[in-house]
Amino acid sequence: MVVSILHRATGVALSFAGLGILAWWLFALSNGPEAYSTFTKAATHPLGLVVLIGISWSFFQHLLSGIRHLVMDSGAAFELGVNKTFAILTIVGSVLLTAALWFYLLGVAK
Amino acid sequence: MSRGESATPLGRVRGLGSAHNGGEHWLTERVTSIALLFLGTWLVASLLLIPQLDQRTLIEWLRAPSGAIPMALLIIFGFRHALDGVKVVVDDYVHEEGSRFAWNTLLLFLAIGGAAIALFAVARIAFGAIA
Repeated sequence: MVVSILHRATGVALSFAGLGILAWWLFALSNGPEAYSTFTKAATHPLGLVVLIGISWSFFQHLLSGIRHLVMDSGAAFELGVNKTFAILTIVGSVLLTAALWFYLLGVAK
Repeated sequence: MSRGESATPLGRVRGLGSAHNGGEHWLTERVTSIALLFLGTWLVASLLLIPQLDQRTLIEWLRAPSGAIPMALLIIFGFRHALDGVKVVVDDYVHEEGSRFAWNTLLLFLAIGGAAIALFAVARIAFGAIA
């Protein structure tokens, strides 16, 4: 139930914030050093980082619960226990993947 | 469009649901999701493998076909999947026919506009207008 709502919420977040920032990032990249430094200033600002971390978590959560939905579309994993375990695993997985990504990107792991 | 008289499960539900159509839409959403499973993983892996995330290195990465082509595909499948997904939300929560049409039109323009900007940027990088 919660994971299903999260799938929709993270999907909406990715559609607007995720793709919006992707388009901005690519356009800034193609538009010279000034445009790109405006982007990196925003992206490395604490608020910008919070948004980027949120988007990356949304991406992993949506990806994992998306896999879960594809499995369920095939008619599998409807047993209560399996279903619940799978749902919880999507959250555990998305949090771990997000943490690993940012530990690496921010150089904490180096 | 059949409503409840068909022999098959798909036939029985066609025309029902909050959107009143959409077997193709449902399938497209899943097909694009599988493409994005690969393309999204590619993007994250690329960002992790690129030695430095500065403008120069990133442009080098996107200038090569191995960067530009998956990125273009990610943009096309990403915006298409987003449009399909958000349409489901609109169909679920906007009940009045006129405003539903307005929302879906607005979202279509947003998606095509966003995809155009992103694809233009990739093309500009790939075709080397900038150093």
